[in-house]
Amino acid sequence: MSLASLTKDWAATSYGFLDASAKRELRRKMLKAIAVPGCQMPYASREVPMARGWGTGGLQVTLTLVNSASVVKVIDQGADDGVNAASIRRFISRVSGASETWDTLDATIVQSRHRIPEEIMREDQVLVLQVPNPEPLRGVEPNISIARQMHADADYGKLWLTLYEQIVRKGRIMQGASYPAMVNGRHVMTPSPIPRWDVPKLNMAQHLTFLSAGREKRLHAVPPYTRVEPLVFSDRPYQVEDHADLTCRRSGVRGFFMNELPQDGGGSVFEVSDSNLGIKAIDKTEGSAIEIGETWYRNGEYSA
Amino acid sequence: MSLDLGLPALERAAPRLMRTEPLLNMRDISKSYGNVRALRHVDAAVYPGEVMGIVGESGSGKSTLLRMMNLEDTPDSGDYTLRLPGRENENLFDLTRYERRMLCARNIGIVYQNPHLGLLMKHSSSGNVAERLLIAGERSFEVLRDKAREALDASEFPLDRMDARPIELSGGMQQRVQLAKAIALEPALLLLDEPTTGLDVSVQALVLDTLKRLQRDRRITMVLVSHDLGVIRTMADRVMVMRHGEVVEQGLADQVFQDPQHPYTQQLVHAKL
Repeated sequence: MSLASLTKDWAATSYGFLDASAKRELRRKMLKAIAVPGCQMPYASREVPMARGWGTGGLQVTLTLVNSASVVKVIDQGADDGVNAASIRRFISRVSGASETWDTLDATIVQSRHRIPEEIMREDQVLVLQVPNPEPLRGVEPNISIARQMHADADYGKLWLTLYEQIVRKGRIMQGASYPAMVNGRHVMTPSPIPRWDVPKLNMAQHLTFLSAGREKRLHAVPPYTRVEPLVFSDRPYQVEDHADLTCRRSGVRGFFMNELPQDGGGSVFEVSDSNLGIKAIDKTEGSAIEIGETWYRNGEYSA
Repeated sequence: MSLDLGLPALERAAPRLMRTEPLLNMRDISKSYGNVRALRHVDAAVYPGEVMGIVGESGSGKSTLLRMMNLEDTPDSGDYTLRLPGRENENLFDLTRYERRMLCARNIGIVYQNPHLGLLMKHSSSGNVAERLLIAGERSFEVLRDKAREALDASEFPLDRMDARPIELSGGMQQRVQLAKAIALEPALLLLDEPTTGLDVSVQALVLDTLKRLQRDRRITMVLVSHDLGVIRTMADRVMVMRHGEVVEQGLADQVFQDPQHPYTQQLVHAKL
């Protein structure tokens, strides 16, 4: 047996684009992130054929998880057909042989920018969120060394202070996205710029979630069945966006997170943000035997 | 605008000192920064309910000593005990950084000479007080609001401005916010690092009046560092005189001011007079 027979032939590219050492490092960091839920793990974010800030963190995690049996769904602000989402999905399938889908129920890996699908994800699914800024303390403590000490001490008073100031100034909490949330009672994380509507979906979720920031070179995770609790005052309950009574103008669904489309006349119309849910609702109305999964919200109320 | 000087310090302080154990006890504290010996074998004791004044020239080590008392820095050698429930015989310098921080947040208040060190300038004044309560674990918005209002009121801060940002306030008002923040959790020990330096005389008198009232009403133990012998004389029960990192003289305030023993203290007192 020669040494050559034990090694693979040289190839111009690796399976899943990233080289083996990059994937090995990412897997180690992902395992660490699962072991310490919500704690940010630094990693050597590699170059991928996409500009930093366009989902390179999420892409690297997905490329590390993907195999030829995977079914990949990529969404951008809830839409499967955005240019960025379509390009990432096509790239992943080209370099890995994985199948593509728009349907949340069919996917094994869901890579997302700023939304969690409305249909409940299962234990055999992984959600990969693209994160622009993984540090929840960045706004209150620009010095990263001090911010790390604050995480070590679970010193999150200044985050609460930010919420206090919002109530004092505006009469209510104004934090629209990236709402800070305590993971497993220990680390506060920023759950990427998902709307407040989506944060409860992470609490005790069946699926595994990775949140990865390629530009900032850090990732964190929420393992299945882990507590994710938004920071709130005991006498000011957490409130999601007031979308419960809005109706999608295209699909007619109600009680889900909507995109607002301002009209020339001054009013607004609304479309369901999870575009595939809207498509499925239209198909079902037209008589297709399509399955819509259980949703986290029912009639605009969180019920999972 | 008069200061309430109360009873002579000697009469007030002496009986207390005779019958109580010190709240704060520092023994043999030494600290060097490179070749500079900031503190040399300093012993200090502060008794419950008293005001200890520390005077000395710039670079004498008084602010360094105050930082040690606030556990912001650790010495090269020496012990520090605070008579708190469950911590009577514990050298606080042996605690972890986190333990020191939490102990300070709950038991020690500090007012800095520079309000920028003690306040978050872009947050509201009530928010600055609330921050202290948040560190201690308070999570009710209404309770935070009420306690902030109460502490600001006790510091004689105008409540109609409780949501103004410190950056919009005068120096005297900023010191009152610092004071409110420091007393919000009713600390066992209040450290005052030149709290009136840089304020005009009338505002100085108001701040000192507030401190005296707080000390009288709440019996807060205070350590006051100042260049100004007038301030120390007005406030302190006992005085510690420092020079080149050493304590050259300490005793009851009246005693030290009326009959200074050390040549440096004599020089200080006479320079003032």
